[in-house]
Parts: sequence; structure tokens; C-alpha cells
Amino acid sequence: MVFLSNLVNGISLGSIYAIIALGYTMVYGIAKMLNFAHGDIIMVGAYIIFCAAQYWNMPLPVSLLIAMVVCTALGITIEKLAYKPLRQATSLAVLITAIGMSYLLQNTALLIWGANPKVFPDMIDTGSLSLFGGQLLIKGETLITIAVNILIMIGLTLFTSRTRMGKAMRCVSEDRGAAELMGINVNSTISITFAIGSALAAIAGLLLCSSYPMLMPTTGSMPGIKAFTAAVFGGIGSIPGAMLGGVLLGVIEILGKAYISTELGDAIVFAVLIIVLLVRPTGLLGKAVREKV
Amino acid sequence: MKTKRARFITSLITYAVLIILFIVLTVMINNKSISRTLKGQLIPICSWIVMAVSLNLVVGISGELSLGHAGFMSLGAFSGIVTSGWLLNGFAMEDPTLRLLLAIVAGGLVAGIFGALIGIPVLRLRGDYLAIVTLAFGEIIRNVMNCVYASVDGTSLHFGFLNGALPGTLLLNGPMGAVKVKTISTFTAGFLLVMFALIVVLNLVHSRSGRAIMAARDNRIAAEAMGINITKYKMMAFVTAAVLAGMAGALYGLSMATLVPTKFSFNESINVLVFVVLGGIGNIPGSIVSAAALTILPEKLRFLQNYRMLAYAVLLILVMLLSNNALVKSLIRRINPFGRKNRGEEELRA
Repeated sequence: MVFLSNLVNGISLGSIYAIIALGYTMVYGIAKMLNFAHGDIIMVGAYIIFCAAQYWNMPLPVSLLIAMVVCTALGITIEKLAYKPLRQATSLAVLITAIGMSYLLQNTALLIWGANPKVFPDMIDTGSLSLFGGQLLIKGETLITIAVNILIMIGLTLFTSRTRMGKAMRCVSEDRGAAELMGINVNSTISITFAIGSALAAIAGLLLCSSYPMLMPTTGSMPGIKAFTAAVFGGIGSIPGAMLGGVLLGVIEILGKAYISTELGDAIVFAVLIIVLLVRPTGLLGKAVREKV
Repeated sequence: MKTKRARFITSLITYAVLIILFIVLTVMINNKSISRTLKGQLIPICSWIVMAVSLNLVVGISGELSLGHAGFMSLGAFSGIVTSGWLLNGFAMEDPTLRLLLAIVAGGLVAGIFGALIGIPVLRLRGDYLAIVTLAFGEIIRNVMNCVYASVDGTSLHFGFLNGALPGTLLLNGPMGAVKVKTISTFTAGFLLVMFALIVVLNLVHSRSGRAIMAARDNRIAAEAMGINITKYKMMAFVTAAVLAGMAGALYGLSMATLVPTKFSFNESINVLVFVVLGGIGNIPGSIVSAAALTILPEKLRFLQNYRMLAYAVLLILVMLLSNNALVKSLIRRINPFGRKNRGEEELRA
């Protein structure tokens, strides 16, 4: 029973990682850049929800909507201001700019909301599910997190396979030059990708802070790094890969902490990542690109 | 391609400028005409310079993005602290200079061994996957160092993992890190380490091996076809960088009274990478200048108070945007006819 409850908690944490990892992997697939500021957009989203609910007494759906709109706007603005002028620059220059953006968001949040951690209100107010005559107690947040993750996965799969915009996104990620020749507007496709990733980040912010209710300007950075790891784990650029990688990473983290060592939880996660990458150098679901000579 | 002579002169100028700077700073310290904050920063600046130069060897010369360089610094720092404490408590070695020297050597050695161990799996991967694995190793080192305890009892060293109940004087205390470290680092030692790192890296770059490393970076397949053993040369660059980072770590660790393992986090690796990129990828003198300038800058921005790190972030973004702006680039080229092209940049464009 303890194992089952750990497993469910792991899947729930993994679902949060998966939603964040989607933002990383989609942006990587299309713009070929590591958007290090993504973790901090989660933090901004969580703060917006916190303010909307705490100070303006908005109901949860409205505050989530506000946060998603703000994050989307923020994501598009960052892309237009900082990343778009660097389309032709080296990937390292873009990486450093993204790191600069991450510092900028963290320090702006520090100025606005202060360094003291805010206790995130318990907003997803559902009862717990008790199974096996009360032996296995699953919290409402956990179930909702997993459900939201599945919904997002189905939605995104449909979006990328059925809609024109989704097909355009897949085209751009496959071959940007050819996509441009086919009349696809690459710039707006990249903007849409950032918009979707940032909107998902707001949802991830809500789920993250509902399960771990401490909100600080640095809240987003560690989950950001872990989600990025998850994206690579599953094969960066692949949407099902991000899902699989995220969930597996969450399960490994929780089980590792429960059965091996609490202190070494992070080390175990990263060690598993290294082993997987050594066996499959392009991640679990990543496609190996043949090198042309 | 620069001629041998031009390269020799550039190296000579770099050494000369550093020596002159060192003499000027030493005189200023003796005259007490140097500000207190700057004086306290001199040793850290030396360590960060060595870190930047060594990371540039991996990122610029060898062309592999490493995001875990602070891990090697951490290994060097804590093994240096343990060595120094062991020599002092176990063998009553009072002479700080000799102790510092041995500590730095130990730091470099430990970091080098781990560099070789990590390099074997890491260098099989390419591009972003390599970057993420170095990040993972950096995080593992930080996490594991959090659980290491060490103590000295008589002349014997004791180590504990997740277990702090050790006999004798505690040197490393798990998550509390190293406490009550006898600070023995000096600015002179820092300067000598910078010179050492510079001599090692510049000579490596300009040697037969250095050309092989750069050939492997510029075109892996062509280099392999010419009979260059890619793994061997990539390992050479990676392990050399790890040794230098370990030495820098020992110098840094022995200049602080207390040091926690969480100090060497992912953020520090990123900071060093920022030094390298802003100084110019593959440009060793550039790394020195940017490491020194960017270590001093946040202190100089202190008058901005809470807006300090915000200003740093904005400056970072602006510098990256401007230095990649076609207009600004052509302007710089017109002003500076001797402007050097960074050779590493073309290849890292992905």
C-alpha cells in the first residue's frame, strides 16, 4: 500500500514535470533553443494566481485564466524582444540570453513580491479518495494533476496532428527552410509555440504550488531544471517523449527518496538520466539523426 | 590563420599585462590605496579567472558545451580543504605556503580523476545531450558532497557517507560544509595559479594536440579521416579543464572561512559559462578580462541596492543582443581593423 501511494505521488509529481517539459521540448523542437527562462514563467504564473485569489478574491478558474493570459503575453514578449533578434546567432548566445531572461524574471519577482516565501492557498478543494478500506488515501490534488496531464496530452496530440497550425509547427521543427518555402510563416509559428508553452507553464504553476505550497522567486528554477532533464530523458523535441520522460522522472524521484535515500533523491534522478542517455544517446523516444558526410 | 609569430606575440602581451597588473596591485595593497572590497575580492577573482580559462578550453577550443564545471570546482575545494586540515592537524605542518601548494595539487588531482571518470561516458554523447549530462554530473556532485563527512584523528583521515559520527576533528560536516577553515590562500598564490593555467592552456592550444582538438571540433568526420583519435583529444581537453577547475576550487575554498556544498550549484556553472561567452568563445585573454570584470561588476552595482541583480540581468541581455546585432558588428569591424574573428563561433552555430 505504501508502495502504491508512493507510485501515485510519483506519477502526480511526474505529471507536473511533464507539463513543464512540454514547454521545453516544443520550443526546442521548433526554435532549436533551450529556453532557460521557462521555469521562471511557471513562477510568474503561480504568483499571478496567488495574487488573483488572495488579494482580488477571484475564483480559481478566473485566476487561472488571468495567469494563462499573462504568461502567454510574457512568453510572446520575451520571444519577440530577446530571442527573435538572435535567430541567426550562435546557440550559445541564445542560451546566455535565456539565462539573462531567467535572472531578469527572478529579480523582478523579488522586487515585486519580496524574498519571503508565500504560502500558496489550498485552492483545488476536493476531498480525498480512499481505496482498499482507507488503507490507500489519494489526495484530490494528486488525481486532478494526473487528469489535467492526460487532458493536455490528448489535446496537444490532436492539435499537432489535426490542425493547420499544428501541422505547420511540425513542419518548422522538421526543416525550417523548407517550411518557409512552402509558405509557412515561421515567425508566427514560433510565437504560437511560445504562447502554448507559456500557457501550459501557468497551469504547471498552479499544480506545482497546490502540491508544494511554498512560493518564492526561485520556485520555478529547480522544477525547471528537472523538467528540462525529463524532456531530454524522453528525447528532446518529441511531445510523447516529454510526457513519458516527465512521468518516469517523477516516479523515480519519489521512489528513490522513499526507498533509497531522502538526501540523495536528486542524485538518483540524475544518475538514472545518465544511464539512460548512455544506452540510448537520443533519449527514450528521440529519433537518431543520421549524419550525412 | 594567424602566423606562429603573431600568436607568440599575443601570448607574450597577455603574460606581460598580467604581470604588470599583479605588480601594480601588490604595490597598491602595500600602500593601502586599494579599497577593502576589491582587496577581499582579489583571490576569488583569480579563482574565477582560472575557472573561465579552463571552461573555455572545453567550450571554445574543444567545442563541447559543459554545464557542470562548478562540480569540479567543488571537488577541488573540498579535497583542498581536507588536505590542508589533514596536514595541519595530523602532521603539524605550520608552513601555509607548502600546505596551500599541496592542497591545490590535491584539489587538481581529485578533480582530474573525476574528470576522467565522467569524461568517458560524457564524451560519447553529442551536442545538447552532452550538455545535459554534464549538468547532471554537476548536480550529482553537489548532492553527494552534501552527504560527505570527513575528520582527522591523529595522522589518519576518516570519511563518512551520510554518517557524521567520526572520531577526531571534523573537517567536512555534510550539508554544513567545511567549517572553521584556516584561510591560507594569498593573492600571490592566486596570481601564480592564473599564470600556471594560462601557460598550460595556451601551450596546449598551440601544440600539435591543440590543433588536433580544434580539428575534432571543426569537423569531426574529417579529423577522424585524418587519423586523429577524437576521444583521446577530447578527453585531454576535458581532463585538463577539470584539473585546472579543481585547483581553482582549492584556492577558492581555502580563502573562505566556511564553505557549503550548495555554493557550487548549477548557477555557478552558468556564471562561468557567461564569463566565457562574454569574453569570446575560444578567446583565452577575453575570458580573463570578462571573469575579472563580471566578478567586480555586481559589487560595483551595489549602489543600485535591490535593483543590482536586475541591472546585471538587463546588462547581460543587452550585451548579447548588441554583440549579435549586424549593425553593431559591422561598426566594430570598421573601428577595429585588427578585430579577431572567434574561430569557435562558426562551429558552435547549430
